[in-house]
Amino acid sequence: MSTEPLLKVENLTKHYVGRLSLAQRLAREKPSVVRAVSDVSLEVRKGEILGLIGESGCGKSTLGRAILRLHEPTSGRVTFDGQEVTTLDPMALKDIRRRMQIIFQDPYASLNPRRTVAEIVGLPLKLHDLATSADDLRAKVIAIIERIGLKANQLDRYPHQFSGGQRQRIGIARALISNPDFIVCDEPVSALDVSIQAQIIELLLELKREMGLTYLFISHDISVIGYLADRVAVMYLGEIVEMGPVDAVLSAPRHPYTQSLMSAVPDVDHPGHAQRVRLTGDLPSPLDPPSGCKFHTRCPLAVDRCRSEAPISEDLGGGHRAACHRLHEKLSLLETA
Amino acid sequence: MSALLDVKGLRTVFETRAGTVCAVDGVDVEVRRGECLGIVGESGSGKSVTFASVMGLVRSPGRIDAGEILFDGRDLRKLSQKELRAVRGRDIAMTMQDALTALNPALTVGVQLAEVLEAHDETLPRGRRARTRAIRERSAEILGLVGIPSPDSRLSQYPHEFSGGMRQRIMIAIALACRPKLLIADEPTTALDVTIQAQVLELISDIRAKLGMSVVLITHDLGVVAEHCDRVMVMYAGQVVEEGPTTEVIGSPSHPYTRGLLGSIPRLALRGQPIHPIEGQVPDLIDLPAQCRFYSRCADRTDACLTPIAVRQVGPHRKARCILAGEDTQ
Repeated sequence: MSTEPLLKVENLTKHYVGRLSLAQRLAREKPSVVRAVSDVSLEVRKGEILGLIGESGCGKSTLGRAILRLHEPTSGRVTFDGQEVTTLDPMALKDIRRRMQIIFQDPYASLNPRRTVAEIVGLPLKLHDLATSADDLRAKVIAIIERIGLKANQLDRYPHQFSGGQRQRIGIARALISNPDFIVCDEPVSALDVSIQAQIIELLLELKREMGLTYLFISHDISVIGYLADRVAVMYLGEIVEMGPVDAVLSAPRHPYTQSLMSAVPDVDHPGHAQRVRLTGDLPSPLDPPSGCKFHTRCPLAVDRCRSEAPISEDLGGGHRAACHRLHEKLSLLETA
Repeated sequence: MSALLDVKGLRTVFETRAGTVCAVDGVDVEVRRGECLGIVGESGSGKSVTFASVMGLVRSPGRIDAGEILFDGRDLRKLSQKELRAVRGRDIAMTMQDALTALNPALTVGVQLAEVLEAHDETLPRGRRARTRAIRERSAEILGLVGIPSPDSRLSQYPHEFSGGMRQRIMIAIALACRPKLLIADEPTTALDVTIQAQVLELISDIRAKLGMSVVLITHDLGVVAEHCDRVMVMYAGQVVEEGPTTEVIGSPSHPYTRGLLGSIPRLALRGQPIHPIEGQVPDLIDLPAQCRFYSRCADRTDACLTPIAVRQVGPHRKARCILAGEDTQ
C-alpha cells in the first residue's frame, strides 16, 4: 500500500440552507441552516479502506456525496489524484466520475425498476463511451455480472425479480464496470441479512484486491468497519472527532464518543460487559448544534470549557488524532476489562 | 411451574397466487415466567409471523392452519374475538419494529396511551372527571417509567415531535400501560442507532425486572441476544432449528445454521480473523421439498438429510433440528 493520498479532502463544509416563504422574507427572518458537514479534512491513500463511522444524521453520507460532488460542497477542497474536483467544469467532472463511483445503501431504491439489469449495468459504459459496439457492451456487462456472482441469463430481468443481496451485487457491478479507482461505499451492507451481509463484504474485499481499488466505506456498524478498514474516522454532528489506524482507534479509543459508541455495541463475545457507558439523550439537531464541543451535551466527562470552546484535533502519534479538551488527562470511560 | 406461553405445532400459511406459502411450519415455543426469550432469524424465517399468530394478528390471505397457543393455560385460538381482546393489550402486549408507522400520526401520544387504559384498566374510577384525571396521571407515570423527560407536557404532543428512540419508548409505554405478563418486542431497536439501541434494550431489561414480566425479543442481532436473553430460539425458513440457554447456544452451537450465523458476523473480539459467509440463499417457502431446509446451504450435508428432520433433544436444556447435532461436530 502506498502512502500517497489518492483522495484529499480539505476543510470540506456542506450546509443546507432552508427556503423562506415570502412572508418570512418580508419579516427579514434568517433561513434555517443544517450544518451537515463542518470543516472536515481527511486523506484516503491509494489501495486502502478508510472506514467512516457515526450515527444517523452525523453527516457521513453527506460527506461521501459531497466528495463526489453529488451534493455541491458549500466550501472546502477535494483533490483526487492531484486534480482538484471541487472546481471542475461539468464535462471534466463527468470524466473524473468514471474513476470515482458510489455504491448505495438501499438496493431497492437505487436501481431503476423499469430498466433491465443489462441496461442498468451497461449505462456507465454508454455515458463514458467505453464500449466500441453493442456486442462489446454486452460482453463487458456479462463479464462483470459473472464476476459479481450473477448469471448471464439473468441479464434481461428487472430488479424486482432479485433478492436484496442480488440487487446489491447489481449495484456493485454498475459501480465497477467503468473500471474506477475509488469507490464510496455508502452503507452497502446495512440493509442486508447477516448471512448475505457477509457474502457482500467478502465480495467487496475480493474485488478490491483484484482491481486495486480504494474505498471510503461508510457504516454505522463498528464490527464491520473493524473487520475491513485499514483506518477509521469517527464522525459526530458533522465533524470528525477521532481518526487513525483501525487497530489503534478500536483497541484504545481516545475520544469519549468513540468510547461510548464501542461500549454500546451488543457483543456476542462479551455479553453483559459491565463497562457500558450510558449515553443519555439523543443526538442534538444539526439545525442548532451545541456550542463549544458538539458532544458536550451527552458527554459524561464534559467540563465548563467544553461548553464554550471547540476542541482542536490533536496528533496522538502514528496517525491517530482526536479532538477533545480532556485527552491528556488519561480519562477513560471504559474500565480496563 | 407451567410455562406462561406454550405454543405447540403452530402452522401459519398465506395463500398467494403463486401457491401456498408456509411461513410458520410446526413451531413450538415455550416462554417461561419472568424470562427473556430471544428469537433469532433472518427475514422470511417466520419469527414475526409466529408471534403475530400468537397475538391473533394474522389476517387474510394468511391463516393459522394448525396448532395450540396456550397462554396461562387457556388456548387463545379457542377464544372469541371479545375474549381475545381482553387478553390482548392487557396480558400480552406487542411492540412493532417501526414506531413511526405503528403510532397514529394524527393522535397525540396522550390519546393513544389513554386508549389502552380505557379499554383494559378496571381500577379506573367511574366518574367522568375523576376518570380523565386518573388516566392523565397514569399516562404521565408510564411515560416517566420509560424515561421520557417532562412527561406531563409531552402527553399532548404528536409522534412526529419525538425522535426515533423516543418514539420506540412511547410504543413500549403503550405496551406496558396495563402491566402485561408478556411483552413481545418485535425488532425493537433495528431502526435505531447503537447508543440509542443500548438505552432502549436496557430500559426493557430494567422494566422486566421491575414488573416481573416475561419478554420475547425478536431480533436478527446475535449480540443483542447474547446480552439480554436467558434463552434463545433460532429460526430458519419457518422452522425452529435450535433452542437452548443463550450462553450454551452461542458458546457451542449445535445446528450448522447457527454456526454459520456466528461465523458470518464480523466480531470485534475476533478482529483479524476471516468471516465465513453462508453461501446461497434462503429457500423459497412455496412447495418446499420434504428434506432439511438448510440442505442446499449446509457444509455438513449428507444423503440422510434428504428426509424430513425432526427437532430432538441434544442436551439437558437444548434442542436442535439436525441429524448431526449432539455428536462431535467440532
